[in-house]
Amino acid sequence: MATSVAHTSAPTHHHYTTLGLDSRKVAIWAFIGSECMLFVSLISTYLIYKGRSVIGPFPHESWTDPSTGQVLKPILNIPVTSASTFVLLMSSLFMVLALAAVQNKELPKRTRGERILGNSKLWLFMTALAGTIFLSFQAFEFTSFVHEGLSIRRNLFGSTFFTLTGFHGAHVTAGVLWLVTLLAIDYRRGLGSRDSLLVDICALYWHFVDVVWIVIFTLVYLLR
Amino acid sequence: MATTAIRTPAYGAEYPGEHGGLYSWLATVDHKRIGILYLYTALGFFIFGGLEAVVIRAQLGAPNQHLVSAEFYNQLFTMHGTTMIFLAIMPLSSAFFNFLIPLQIGARDVAFPRLNAFSYWVYLFGGLFITLPIFFAVAPNGGWFGYAPLTTKAYSPGLNIDFWVIGLQILGVSSLAAAFNFLTTIINLRAPGMTLMRMPMFTWMAFVVQVLLVLAFPVITIALVFLLFDRFFGTNFYNTVSAGADPLLWQHLFWIFGHPEVYILVLPAFGLVSEVIPVYSRKPLFGYPVMVYSGILIAVLGFGVWAHHMFAVGMGPIADTFFGLTTMLIAIPTGVKIFNWIATMAQGAVRYTTAMLFGVSLVGLFTIGGISGIMHSSPPADLQQTDTYFIVAHFHYVLFGGSIMGIFAGIYHYFPKITGRMLDEKLGKWHFWLMFIAMNLTFFPMHFSGMLGMPRRIYTYDAGQGWDLYNAMSTIGAMIFPIAMLFFIYNFFKSRRSGEIAGSNPWGAGTLEWSIPSPPPEYNFAKIPTVTTRYPLWEGKEPDHESARINAQEGKTPHELGIIIPYSTMKPLLVAAGLIIMFCGLIWSHVLLAVGAGTLILSLYSWLLSPLEPEHS
Repeated sequence: MATSVAHTSAPTHHHYTTLGLDSRKVAIWAFIGSECMLFVSLISTYLIYKGRSVIGPFPHESWTDPSTGQVLKPILNIPVTSASTFVLLMSSLFMVLALAAVQNKELPKRTRGERILGNSKLWLFMTALAGTIFLSFQAFEFTSFVHEGLSIRRNLFGSTFFTLTGFHGAHVTAGVLWLVTLLAIDYRRGLGSRDSLLVDICALYWHFVDVVWIVIFTLVYLLR
Repeated sequence: MATTAIRTPAYGAEYPGEHGGLYSWLATVDHKRIGILYLYTALGFFIFGGLEAVVIRAQLGAPNQHLVSAEFYNQLFTMHGTTMIFLAIMPLSSAFFNFLIPLQIGARDVAFPRLNAFSYWVYLFGGLFITLPIFFAVAPNGGWFGYAPLTTKAYSPGLNIDFWVIGLQILGVSSLAAAFNFLTTIINLRAPGMTLMRMPMFTWMAFVVQVLLVLAFPVITIALVFLLFDRFFGTNFYNTVSAGADPLLWQHLFWIFGHPEVYILVLPAFGLVSEVIPVYSRKPLFGYPVMVYSGILIAVLGFGVWAHHMFAVGMGPIADTFFGLTTMLIAIPTGVKIFNWIATMAQGAVRYTTAMLFGVSLVGLFTIGGISGIMHSSPPADLQQTDTYFIVAHFHYVLFGGSIMGIFAGIYHYFPKITGRMLDEKLGKWHFWLMFIAMNLTFFPMHFSGMLGMPRRIYTYDAGQGWDLYNAMSTIGAMIFPIAMLFFIYNFFKSRRSGEIAGSNPWGAGTLEWSIPSPPPEYNFAKIPTVTTRYPLWEGKEPDHESARINAQEGKTPHELGIIIPYSTMKPLLVAAGLIIMFCGLIWSHVLLAVGAGTLILSLYSWLLSPLEPEHS
């Protein structure tokens, strides 16, 4: 296993490429382009159906059930989601530090600060942890919404909201698994600057997922 | 199964399992072998989809027939469309992408050989998943476009649509994985000197198609996810009755994918014909840069015309005008291509081989389909034509007259390169003329039956509406197709066994793939060539004589040449199997779902953590 892991990251300098880049880096950009269209479709559908739900609960307005007279408050909890958004944005910073730590693995570390900044395990862990915290917030949000009467079957808002944010959550989950895998490789044999591509493509994906969240947070939570 | 008819490609002894036999096909990561697998599988589905059409035409041959029930007829036309689009034409194009792209750009394989194998296995399993239900009369029955809310649980409660939604989702995975792979290959694995504007036109059109796939498939993925959620989890995306959903949401999402899909189907054929016509005219392609730009323009405009499929839903005059105009604009780059092919032939030393006949027929037949297309780009005209057989005539002229004719041109042209032997020209010409007559006899009368008001998708009709003669003609034409295909199948297998030996360049073509032996060795190019012109074998100033000499040598093993060949592996097959089992679990049992997901994750990790090829020594 350990030897096979070593093979994975063997530098591919002996392969001539037109751009001089590793093909995996080109492919991840193509993949991100495709993912843009995926989220564009999800977000457009959310916006098209915004305000068209026949029954509540609604995201920003309260709703009185005509049959029972029960009042359902606006369902989005913007302060809580702002906190989870902050955590996710911080994870992008940790991701940058993780990549820099791997790229500069071979440089001498003189001060304590340099040693902390150069600790790729720490930053990979912190990125994965921030992602996990974000997912926990989402799990909390989903369950509390269901308790307040908003299920995926309830109305157009429920269907579009859970599908859009659920798809994003699934992307964060995949990213966390990717980060944990890199962390495991780092523990097993250590990631050095020759492996930086492995971290680089994961970082591109991670930042993309973060950017998508900024769009979702703005359009779903902040826009009334 | 072995297509190594002449000479087994030379494999080094240190690559166990690569000596032939079933395992070597299950575990192959060689783009040429994967291309051959695509070719066989897609031809199989093409014949199956054709037989469905024969039953459809038999049912419609005369008024008031009851050969099949109305319900089964729905399954037949749905599966005919779905099969031809997703299981025949797209993968036939993929067969050529696989076989040709690396050879045309001077590469040893695609960028991700194992991902390539994965794409094929997902396609095969997904194809079987969506096709087999017809034997149990539970095939999809909502049309290839699957309009929601008709396809929601409320109106289509059976398993039929479940197979369609999940099947297309599976096939989308295959198409997207292949598109990332080919896109990266074309961008990053071109030989030194192979600039973008020196790339063969087939590779250029393949490049454009990959961009379309990458951008269009996520949209249908999401539309299908909504439908899947509606059907399995009770969401409201297409619930127009109680939740206030928009009945046009599906149509917009579907056609934002569906119209680029039309170009995904036809541009590869355009690319093949752009290789075929210059070779048999002994002239370089006329107006190469304009051919490139028009291909790109078709793709760009292709994203701005989707709602011309929806003129009848009442979008209002502004939307109708916009989409009518953009649709008319597409005629310009397409017309440029037609004129450039004609100009390529003009004053050339034209040889009418079978490949050339198919190629030239594309130019003519596609023009007919293109012109009827311009007729219904005008919303008022379209309101008369929509949902009639006029539309059926139109899209069969572009997809049969365009895509299929182009693909057969490609098959006749490249068979010698793929197998090392020539197809029989006499049988080929029988095949061509029968197919050409069948095609026109079947589809031309549909213009008339459509103009006389015969609607699409009806399973029978009353006599005395003026449709009888045209339907009888179409049915007779449809019965000629199987005869034409028998000529092709006989020719294919006979020639593969005992056809004339082809040699590296039987047609005197000018592009790189003809500089290496036929069939090409496993490593393609013994020495990666340096490219200086668009037609390196024609223009005579090839400075790279040394690599040309080395590449023409036969029978060298990769080991002798010091070339590293990727390991064979069945892991992509296992991942694909896990994916299919997981999706099957959605229909049959949650145990299957868990087993599939487990297989998928374990084999995916095992794939990603194992090396592609031996360490460089």
